[in-house]
Order: sequence, then structure tokens, then C-alpha cells
Amino acid sequence: MNKEKTELAKIHHDMTKRTLVALVEDKPGVLNRVASLFRRRGFNIESIAVGHSEQPGLSRMTIVVDGATTAVEQVRKQLDTLIDVVKVSDYTDERIVARELALIKVHANSETRSEIIELADIYKAKVVDVSEKSLIIEVTGEEQKIDSLYELLRKFGIKELARTGRIALPR
Amino acid sequence: MKLKGAQILCECLVKEGVEVIFGFPGGSVIPLYDVLPQYPQLRHILVRHEQCAAHAADAYARVTGKVGVCIATSGPGASNLVTGIANAHLDSSPILAITGQVARPFIGKDAFQEIDITGITVPITKHNRIVRKAEDIAIRVREAFHIASTGRPGPVLLDFPRDVFLEEAVFHYPDKVDLPGYKPTLKGHPAQIKRAARLIQESKRPVILAGRGINISQAHKELLELAEKTDIPVITTLLGISSFPENHELSMGMLGMHGMAYANMAVNNADLVIAIGMRFDDRATGKVSGFAPHAQIVHIDIDPSEIGKNVRVTVPIVGEVKNVLRVLNKEVMELKHPEWIAQMHLWKREHPADITSNGTFIKPQSVIDKICEITKSNAIIVTGVGQHQMWAAQHYCYIKPNSLVSSGGLGTMGFALPAAVGSKVGLPNEIVWAIDGDGSFQMTLQELATVVQEKLDIKIAIMNNTFLGMVRQWQELFHNRNYVATPITGPDFVKLAEAYGIPAARVMEKTKVAEAIETAMKHKGPYILEFIVEPEENVYPMVAPGATLAQVLEDPRKKIKVKETSKEISNL
Repeated sequence: MNKEKTELAKIHHDMTKRTLVALVEDKPGVLNRVASLFRRRGFNIESIAVGHSEQPGLSRMTIVVDGATTAVEQVRKQLDTLIDVVKVSDYTDERIVARELALIKVHANSETRSEIIELADIYKAKVVDVSEKSLIIEVTGEEQKIDSLYELLRKFGIKELARTGRIALPR
Repeated sequence: MKLKGAQILCECLVKEGVEVIFGFPGGSVIPLYDVLPQYPQLRHILVRHEQCAAHAADAYARVTGKVGVCIATSGPGASNLVTGIANAHLDSSPILAITGQVARPFIGKDAFQEIDITGITVPITKHNRIVRKAEDIAIRVREAFHIASTGRPGPVLLDFPRDVFLEEAVFHYPDKVDLPGYKPTLKGHPAQIKRAARLIQESKRPVILAGRGINISQAHKELLELAEKTDIPVITTLLGISSFPENHELSMGMLGMHGMAYANMAVNNADLVIAIGMRFDDRATGKVSGFAPHAQIVHIDIDPSEIGKNVRVTVPIVGEVKNVLRVLNKEVMELKHPEWIAQMHLWKREHPADITSNGTFIKPQSVIDKICEITKSNAIIVTGVGQHQMWAAQHYCYIKPNSLVSSGGLGTMGFALPAAVGSKVGLPNEIVWAIDGDGSFQMTLQELATVVQEKLDIKIAIMNNTFLGMVRQWQELFHNRNYVATPITGPDFVKLAEAYGIPAARVMEKTKVAEAIETAMKHKGPYILEFIVEPEENVYPMVAPGATLAQVLEDPRKKIKVKETSKEISNL
């Protein structure tokens, strides 16, 4: 019963996540400015991913915000106020392609290794590192896919997890 | 032709029409000060604390409409600017803060007098940059002035490493700036304006809420036209004071925590609120959920992020207030609201801002009244923060546009004196009265030396109640009179003034108030009046924190007075 509740809560939480994409100038300190803005306005960032865009001198920043606790329209407007931010769009209700990449280092010995690799195959994930006691799995996809594989790998013992946060483009 | 970075900066300032810089030197800015004499168009005013350079630049900007400029050295000089910059940020004042920085090889090494001022001021500037090459100076300065003065004005900080001042480059002042992320909307959307005009047409109990945006945009004429054409009463925020003449029939004074009871009542009963250049700050709205419960809201503001931030808005109009009003004035029809206006005037009569004048102490409100009377509403009033600030807002009759300079958003004690310096330097032919409290005054009184050095004819009124008055009032009303850290001593202000070379007088009797003010006015040069005022006088009306504007606390003494009167009547 409790497990259902937490799962429902998680689904609800996922549904309230909103994706903002900002095109920002590649000027020093931009990331700091955005982070500082979020901190002082009390906006909750779930994830932030930034890298060069197709336009020279501009970077694309994908920000996932918890819509349940944050006034997303205010987030969008406040971001827009920043001089270095060229454009902000809320892509949540648009048709987008959203992806995230995760590296999961999981405990693995000779007994558990094949089961883990089977799971990875099912998720179309890759094993990118093997050692006697562990292996690293690289998986890309939407957050739920990564969450799901992560849950299944838990019983083997997760050593480390690194996630990039979502990036997204409109279809 | 190659110039040193410091010279390039000065050339840029001249190109931008800068005439005054408020500053304080130090190691990192010596190269800049070294070349200043080559630019006699740039008058430098030496302050006594960098915070006051920022405040002076802020006030200068408010009264002249130009970008105020201040200079500080690196490290403590720059960090001393922080309060002044934050103050300008919250009140949307255009200033350029120029800070020195350690030389480039030393940045990030905890060098002597190094501080990450650009990191520190990110949340309180509209924009800031470290200028890393002499050849970048011109474009950075051009951008800085553009950003500071356009859209919603605000402070911009430029940080100059010392060796950049000494580096040489060819000076070329750019024709334009390229800021793809900064395109303020200046004209309101015509369809939205039409919608607003329709709402105005249909409303029966409309009010205009005018804020600092009117003063910034210099839209006094347009506001007057709107109010008169549509016969709508005008209420102001604190910083909206002097956006509309207070002796006008349609003027309903200030709303909010210490606003007039009748202004708050008007908002509570309105069916339409036309908010112009104001941001629904909590001091103005009271508990936001209870604000204007029966009204639709038209919100005209240049900053789109203010719209919908605090209250739900029916018709948002983003644009510069002056532009929007011009179009709106053409769209609205001539209207009359005789019953609503009559109701306003009735409320005004029933809830006057009166002063019960018993007791021997001078009532601070009466000092303001007298200053108003003697200056004939012609002065620029500059205030500190606290009770005296509220009395200055309530009791001076503001008729002259843009004649109140006060720290609204940040509420910075100590603002009065340096702001008076900036105001007088900006408007040397105007009468400038600084109205301050004994607590506030002590925060920045060292600027009296600036007043003397620059020969500024500023009149200063210190309301001395030997308390940090506003805090004491809260302690009285909400903390059982637990006066902790609020009784405050100070110097003998008259002796202090004389030590600075400024004539001064202490006024202790009610009958001597007018005469003292006249003397101060007649004196050519700065003059200080210390008024010994009622120590535990409270600012009324008051809307307690967490209360709505419907829950106005009026001066309890007035109730007693009314009761006595009705006793008399019933005895007749």
C-alpha cells in the first residue's frame, strides 16, 4: 500500500516537472547569474544542463523546475530579465524530445554480472567499464527510463551515480 | 590615437554627458584619479564613505533623470558601495558604480584589497562586468549606460583591474550596443490598452494607484490628463508621492502600512484599480490576499516580471508608462463619477490626518507641516528611514513633480544626508530639505564634511526623539513595550554641526518652530535644525504586519476626542 503511494507521488511529481529552455550568451559568469537568480527567488531547480548551441556565442540551458512548488511563469519572466539571457521558452506543454544521460557504477561480481548485463541490454544501455567488483553502465533516455533501470539495479548495490539532467529540443 | 584605459574611461563618461562623479580614492583607482584633472567637464565630489557616494549618485539620478556615477577603490571601497547599490536596485535608480580591482595577475589570489565585487553584486545590479582589456572599456561603458538608463532603470557595476587603467588602446566610442538579450518593451500593446479603456468605461468605483514609474517616466502631465478626463481619484505609493499634485481635488494621498485611512478605504471599496508604475510592494498592499477584494486590476509597468508577481492582474500592459498613458488617454472617454468622488471626500473629512497637540513636546508632524507652509511646497524633500520618513510622506503637501527622494524598497537609514548632497548637486537652484531622525542621521553624518567642502546649501531637520522610533513603535504595539536597543543617545547635534562649520540651532518649544525654519531658510548656506520632539509619538494610521488594508489602526487619541465631542453634543 505504501509502495503504491510513493509510486503515485512520484508520478505526480514527474507530471509537475516543467522544462524551461534558455538561450544564453556565452559570457563569463552566466551560469552563476542564473543560479544566483534561482537561489534568491527561492525557485527549486531539479536539474540544469548547459552547453554550446548551434549559434556561435550562445549556449542552450535546459532547466527542469518543480512546478508544484515554484511559479514557473515567474521563473520564465525573471530569467528573461537577465541581460545575458536571449530567449526563454517553457517547453513543458510542447512536443519535445527530452533526454538525459546517466553513468551508474554498480557492484558486480562473477555471479551477478550476467544478470546486470541482461538488464542493461533490455534498457539498451551500454556497459562502459568492467572490473572485478563493479561495472559502469551508461544509459540515455527520458528520466523515467533511467529511474526505472536505477531501481532495478539497486538490489545489487549502487556505488555511484552521475546524471546530466535533462536536455530537450522541440519536435 | 592610443590612450590609457583610465583616459578611455573618462572620454566615455564625457561622451555620455556625465557632469558629476561621487567618489573616494584608493590604491586601485589612483590611475583613474590621476587623469581626472584632464577632464574638467567631470566634477568630482569627494565623499567621506563610499556608501554615501552610491547614495548621492542614486539621488542625483532620481532628481535629474541622468545616470548617477560613483567611484570606489577595490576591496573595502567596493564592499562599502553594496548597500548603496542595493538601495538603487530596489528603487530602480540608474547608477553606474565604477570599482577598482587588483591587477589581473592577482585576481582570485586573495590579494590585498581584493574582493569579488562582481560576484557579490550579482543579485543587486541590473548587470555587472569585469573589464578585462583596455580595448573593451568603451563598449562596456556604452552598454552600462544603456542598461542602467533604459527599460526599468537600475544600477550597473563595472569592475576595472588596476592594470587595465594603465594599459593602452585605441579609443573608439561605439555607435550602438549589441545586447540580444535586452530588448525592453516600451510601447504598450494597443489591444490591451483598449481593454483597459473598456474596463475604465464600465467601472463605477475606479482608483488610480500611481507609483515611482510616473516619476521615472516623467509622466506627470499624462497622469493628470487621465485622472481629469476620467474623473478618477489618484492614490500613490510612497515613491509615487509627487507624481500627482496633492492639492488637487482628485488626490487621495498615500496608501499602505502608514497610508491615509481614506486612501486604504478607497482601495478596499474600488471595483477597478489602475496600477501605474508601481509593483504591489507589501508595504503598499498589506496582506496581499486581502488587497482590493472587489476590484479588477489593470497593471501598467515597464517590467514584465512585475506583472502577476504579487497580485492577479486582469489587464496587463507592459510598456513605458508615459507611452502607454498617451495612448490610453486617447482611448478613454470623458467620464464623471460624482457619487464615488463625493464618498472619497466624505472619507477624507471623516479621517483627517490631524494632530492632537497636547503636551509640551513639539509634535514631529507639526514640524513637517511648518516646513511645508514656509517652503510653500516648493522644496525637494529628502528623508532618512523611520517614523520621520512616514511623517514627511504624510504631512508635506507635494505639488511639485518628483519632489520626494526617499529610500522605499530597501529602507536604508542614513540615506538622507548623502541623498541631499546628490539632490542639491543635481538641482543646485532648488531648495533641498533633508528630514532625518536622530538614529538615521548618526549613520552617515560624516557627510557633513562633504556638504561643507562642496558648499552645498542644504537645510537639515533632525527629529530628535532619542529613540529608534519606528522599531520602538513596533516594540510598543506588538512586543509589550519591550524597548530593547531602541533608546539611543547621540552627540549634541548643534555642537557637532558647529564642529563641521555649519550653523545650527536646537528647537525645544512649539512656539519657536516657525521662526527657526525661517531663520534656516534665510541663511545662505547649509543649516541644521535639531527639533526635540515627542519621544513616544507613534505613526498613525497603521496597518499592522499581516493585516489587510481594511484593518487600519487609527490614532487611539482621536477616538477619545470624538467620544468627548459627542458627549458634549448629547449634553446640549
